[in-house]
Parts: sequence; C-alpha cells; structure tokens
Amino acid sequence: MTDLRFRRRFWNAFNLTMAVLATGFGLFWLLWILWTTLDAGFAALDLRLFTQDTPAPGSVGGLRNAFAGSLIMIGIAVLLGTPVGILAGTYLAEFAHGTRRAEVIRFFNDILLSAPSIVIGLFVYTVLVVPMGNFSAWAGAMSLAILLLPVVLRTTDEMLRLVPGTMREAALALGAPYWKMIFQVTYRAASFGILTGVLLAIARISGETAPLLFTALNNQFWSTNLDQPIANVPVVIFQFAMSPYADWQRLAWAGALIAALAVLALSITSRLIIKGRSFR
Amino acid sequence: MLESQSEKTKIAVRHLDFFYGADQALKDINMDIPERRVTAFIGPSGCGKSTALRVFNRMYSLYPGQRATGEVLLDEENILNPRMDVNRLRARVGMVFQKPTPFPMSIYDNIAFGVRLYERLRKAQMDERVEQALRQAALWGEVKDKLKTSGLGLSGGQQQRLCIARAVAVKPEVILLDEPTSALDPIATLKIEELVSELRDQFTIVIVTHNMQQAARVSDYTAFMYLGEMVEFGQTNQLFTNPGKKQTEDYITGRYG
Repeated sequence: MTDLRFRRRFWNAFNLTMAVLATGFGLFWLLWILWTTLDAGFAALDLRLFTQDTPAPGSVGGLRNAFAGSLIMIGIAVLLGTPVGILAGTYLAEFAHGTRRAEVIRFFNDILLSAPSIVIGLFVYTVLVVPMGNFSAWAGAMSLAILLLPVVLRTTDEMLRLVPGTMREAALALGAPYWKMIFQVTYRAASFGILTGVLLAIARISGETAPLLFTALNNQFWSTNLDQPIANVPVVIFQFAMSPYADWQRLAWAGALIAALAVLALSITSRLIIKGRSFR
Repeated sequence: MLESQSEKTKIAVRHLDFFYGADQALKDINMDIPERRVTAFIGPSGCGKSTALRVFNRMYSLYPGQRATGEVLLDEENILNPRMDVNRLRARVGMVFQKPTPFPMSIYDNIAFGVRLYERLRKAQMDERVEQALRQAALWGEVKDKLKTSGLGLSGGQQQRLCIARAVAVKPEVILLDEPTSALDPIATLKIEELVSELRDQFTIVIVTHNMQQAARVSDYTAFMYLGEMVEFGQTNQLFTNPGKKQTEDYITGRYG
C-alpha cells in the first residue's frame, strides 16, 4: 500500500519535473531569440527608419521603402487570397460537406499549406517573372497570396464546420434561401474564427523571405510601381544582415524588431478576438 | 383511414412513405391534421415521429438520399411536388427544434431575421412585430430592456421561447415543434406548454414529444406511431382513456417504449 503510494508520488514528481524542464528548454530559446531581437533592435531604433529609404553603405537611411513595399504586397495578397480562400472554404463546408470531392480538395489544400514557401516562389518565378521579363511587386504579392490562400481556406472550412447543423436548419426552417442562411447566419457564427484565420495568415506571410527573393526581389529606392521590383522588409533584412557593413546590420536588426512586433500585435489581436468571443 | 371528426383539415397526409436511403422510416401514413388545433405525435424513439414532422416543411430535402413518396396536402396543395418552392413553404410552416437554436445576433435581430426574408417593414412596424412575437412567446417581460443583447446570453428556456417567438413572428400557418422541451427543466417546460395552449387559437400546431403526459396536457389530437406506422390517431382524451388498439394501450400504460 505505502509502496504503491510512494511509486505514484515518485512518478508524479518525475513526470512533472520533466514536463517543466521541457517547457523551460523551449521557452529558453524563444526568450533568447526575443531578447536578442529586442536588444539589438531597440539599439538601432530611430525615427529615420520610417522617413528615409534604404541607404548606400556608409550613409544614413531608414527602411521606409521596405515597409511600404511589404505593406503593398501583403495588402494585395490579402485582397487576392482572402476572398478566394473564404469562398473555397465555404464551398467545402456548406456545399460539398461529406462528399469525396471535399476530402480530395482538403487533401490538396493541406499539401499546399505545408509546401515549402521557396517552392511557391519558384513557381511564381516561372509563371510570372520569366514571361514578364522582370521581377515585380505583382509577382511578390501573388506568391504571398498563394501562401495565404490555404491558411484562410482551411480556417474558413473548419470554423464553418463547427457551426452546428441545427443552426442551419433553424435558419432554413424560417424560409431563408440557402445563400442567405450562409451569409447571415453561419458566416456570423464563424466570423471571429475566420477573421482570426486571416490575421494568422497575414502573420505567416509577413515574415516570408524565400518566395520574395524570386519574385519581388528588392529595390533600393522608393517605388510603388507594381510592375517593378519593390523593396520589402524580409529581403532587406536578409541582405543587410548578411552584409559586412555595421550600419546595414543595425538597420536589419531594426527591421527584424518591427517585423516581430507587428506579428506579435497580430497574434495578440487574434487572441483578444477569440477571448472576446467567449464573453459575448 | 384515420380521420378527425368534423374539423377543417390543414394538412392531409395520404399514403406517405419515407426512406433514408434504402431504409423505410414511414410506412403508408394517412392522417388529417386539423386546423388551429394541437396535434401530438407520440411513440418510442425511432418510430418516425420526427421524420414525419420533417416532411411537413420539407426539411428532409436538404439531405440527398432522403425521400418521401405519397402526398402531403397543405390546404390541398401537395408539398411533396418537386416544383414546390420550399423556402415559401417553410415561411408558411415554421419549426422549433429540440435544442434551442438562437442565431448569433441580438434578440431583436433573431426575430427580425425571419420577418425580413419576406416582408419589408418600416422600423416602427418591425419594432411592433418583434414586441408582438415576444409577447406571444411570453418572453417580452424578461427581455424588453435588453433587445440589443445577444440571444446566446439567455437561459435555455428563454432561448427556446425566443425560437418560438422567431417562428411566430413570420406569421406562419403551421408550427412544428420537435420535442421542444426535452432539453429544458420542468419550470421552463411548463412555460412552453402554457405557451402552446395560448397559440392554439392562431396556429395549427404539431408537436412531437417523448412525454406522454405532455401530449395529454397540451394536445387536442394524438397520433401514436410505432416502427414507422401510424397505429392510432384520434382525439387525445379518447386515445388516452379508451385506446382503440392493444399496442396503443400497452404504450400509454408504460408496458414498452
């Protein structure tokens, strides 16, 4: 009896310790990464980041063109990818529910979801950059849209499938046409989940570097021309961090800090949205 | 044929068969559901009473593989006709489900949703309609100060009355109640039953229930179903006090079910 109790206590203490250690191990690296970024990033923080464009080595400058380029491409990617993702997710959850076709589409979407982003970049390079003859903001936005699409599709599908079938029947039982039921009832029930999915998808694409290297490339100057190469935060960080110039490296840290904070803000926003939902 | 004496028939069911794929769930059902009366369907689980209800508003036609044959005449119009506009039909034949299903919107919008589908009302008229529906569902007093708050914040019993108000608001001719109290406590159940008695003057009500006492309390006519067949259909007090079939008697005296 006492032997059993002792053993249970021992294993409980042992497992708890291991679990805490494993968590600590994971957190250690995360905090170290965050700390390094914060430390080096804050040191490089400067208002000129937002008022001046990327400089030549040795002269002062900021990242204005890179921020603008990233915002433009992410914006276009969201405008292109979100409607397609939401409509496709709606098709799977509301129209093809339970069919073999839906399973097949879901399977391919999952492949797209886990495809390495560099593959997407190469694809867009082949179908857009090569025929157009030059790198462009369009191509960058397109590759980001392709990365965003499966995330939005999947969350829309899942969130809609969480809406109980009885709610659909209740709306239809009042005489609502199918499309009105979807737009006014199930979308509303799933809206917070879908919005969260979009925010997380934006967070995901905002750090992507590999696909932009093949598509948007980079631009040393201010540009809003979508047919031309455009500066963007990830590629600038990549290029500047690899450079031998100390001031470029400082700018890379500053860019990394801003990018990390932006993603953090998106994650916190989506958390708050989910939390707000449970209090409704 | 099982008939109800000298009442105006609202729904006439003729040789209704129903299939879930290859399984037959209803076998040659014939009955006349009288207008502005409460008709209860009783019977053990799986006997087809909910299935019958879901035929009356064509809810089954959402699901491929489910089909009905025969005739169901609503005011002499066959609703099983493939050309029937099911949305219009459902606006005429409302339904309240076993579990309360408030929409994720305000109490006001929950009720206005159905009304807006087929009517264009000015704000004042809509306000009036919402109030009227909530009063009919005996919910007005409890929610009149929080119409703009979410319908999901109400208690289970209140949510179910909200669903009844929502069904009533579109001014249907028939209201189908599919075990509306099975998820509710006794007090909330009592309120719903009182409500059914209040609404019987204005609507044709068909209620499916597991609870025989409930059928005896609220209904004018009762249909007893067993294994997909309509065993007996008649006036409630007669069916409960003097059942015509041995099977009915066995069921209502609790010998099986």
